[in-house]
Amino acid sequence: MNKCLFYSAAVLGLAASLQSLSAADLVGKVTLKGTAPAELAMTTVNADKVCGKMHDQPVFTRHYVVGQGSGLGNVFVYVTAGVDAKSVPPAAEKAPEILDQKGCLYYPYVMGIRTGQKLTIKNSDPVLHNVHSQPKENKEFNFAQPLQNQESEKSFTVPEVLVKMKCDVHNWMFAYIGVVDHPYFAVTDKDGNFKISGLPPGKYTVEAVHMKAGKKSAEVTMAADGGKAAFELEAPAAAK
Amino acid sequence: MQSGKSQAWLTRFLFLNAILTFFLVSLGGKVTSMGVGMSVPDWPQSYGYNMFFFPFDKWLGPGAGGVFFEHSHRLLASLVGLFSIIAALWVAFAETRFWMKVMAFLALFSVAFQGLLGGLRVVLDKYNLGMEFGLTHATFAQLFFSLVCALVLFRSNWWRNASPHPRAASLRPWILATCCIIFVQLTVAATMRHQHAGLAVTDFPLAYGKIIPSISPAAIASYNSSRIEISDSNPITASAVVLHMIHRLLALVIVGLIATCALKSRSILGSSHKITVYNFLWLGLVALQFCLGIATVLTGKSADIATAHVAVGSLTLMTGALLSMGCYRITSPRTALNLRPAPRMQSASSQLA
Repeated sequence: MNKCLFYSAAVLGLAASLQSLSAADLVGKVTLKGTAPAELAMTTVNADKVCGKMHDQPVFTRHYVVGQGSGLGNVFVYVTAGVDAKSVPPAAEKAPEILDQKGCLYYPYVMGIRTGQKLTIKNSDPVLHNVHSQPKENKEFNFAQPLQNQESEKSFTVPEVLVKMKCDVHNWMFAYIGVVDHPYFAVTDKDGNFKISGLPPGKYTVEAVHMKAGKKSAEVTMAADGGKAAFELEAPAAAK
Repeated sequence: MQSGKSQAWLTRFLFLNAILTFFLVSLGGKVTSMGVGMSVPDWPQSYGYNMFFFPFDKWLGPGAGGVFFEHSHRLLASLVGLFSIIAALWVAFAETRFWMKVMAFLALFSVAFQGLLGGLRVVLDKYNLGMEFGLTHATFAQLFFSLVCALVLFRSNWWRNASPHPRAASLRPWILATCCIIFVQLTVAATMRHQHAGLAVTDFPLAYGKIIPSISPAAIASYNSSRIEISDSNPITASAVVLHMIHRLLALVIVGLIATCALKSRSILGSSHKITVYNFLWLGLVALQFCLGIATVLTGKSADIATAHVAVGSLTLMTGALLSMGCYRITSPRTALNLRPAPRMQSASSQLA
């Protein structure tokens, strides 16, 4: 009996290893069609007695981060269909993701996390922040971090794209978290590039979500050596 | 029955409570305008401290941010609560009018209920009920402010010595109807504010370049994608745009109604009658309120302007409510009875004796 279990586990382990060996990267780019509206100078941040001291340059809003080749940053890209749940490694094995409060701003502005994975929320500022999640599906939390370098751990139980995080003490502080139940997600860099690693060969539906420019889906075929995807989101008509 | 001096102090005390309540309502408006209602996430404690022993550095320190406004609102509310207890007891001992005692205790129960609503708005926010309780808290605040001011009116010499003016009966329904519409307007405004969706329409006098803005899903998506704001706001919805347009329309209706009331009052009571004077003051207030509404849109809902808009809104409702009561006073049959010439009253009672 024990021998049987041992061989079964070995076969499953081998299959998972082979699958992970054949898994590759899905790379791509999200671009913005049209001209993004101008960002606003966050004068309230610079004028704040404590937060203002942490910035020697004017701070701007981060709604549309547009880089080279009209690449759009801060887009959450994730697989919405095609993932084999059995091949997904447990979330608990992943290192915690970190959401930092620094200079009275959230870093990163957009991030992804798996259900059940630990989220470390850190306060790097010498000032009280309250961390207030505003989910629609998950359980809300709202707690204070009065001390510098204080860390707290939270997690989400239900997939939800995107969960807003805010600080009620400083009303300009907010960030977004994409919560999914697998590891196949990414956030675009300042030039709109993304890479989803470890995606096994197969057909998938991938979605790109931006808080302002909306979302778009694409069907993607992953080969053994990887796959590519491109998304074009549109700037608001008034700004074109 | 207390001395005349003590009676005067009671009136002054009620007036002071009304002023404090006005600041309380305004501070509540500031908290909502800044979106810092949840910056103290627990209640009745403040970050685990007894509210009255919350550390000064966390309340007034340079990094207090939204905590300063929310905690100050709670402390001022406690002070108004304390003053309302004193006022109710003082009125109970000093007043001879039973209904006045009832009103004073009604104010006391109202402030307690209002405090509970404020606390539940915080505590139940995690169950997504913050908006509902916040909206009720904001609307009830307007009624409470008018009630507290009415207590001052009932204590005034004008109220005690009001001369009957039966012709003003035709003015009464106009003022009362206007007052009711103002209350509806303030409820619409409170709903808009507690949706925390920022400005649903960002231009004036047109709305997204049109007289009637589109509320199609594509248009709503476009409004949201083009909106760049510093503070976080919930996405605009079609219902938020509709609500905003109703608010604009009601503003026009209210200005027209108050102007009508002022003109009717002048024609019925004469321009020197107090009801007419306060009717024109009411018209001035609503004109200021109209300008503040425009400024709220044009400044992208600046927190200070939006707060002033809330404060003047509460003054507008209160003035209307007090005018309604004043109008009732001068047209009531009891007022006419109370003010029969003294000699006839005396001879009648002597005949009865």
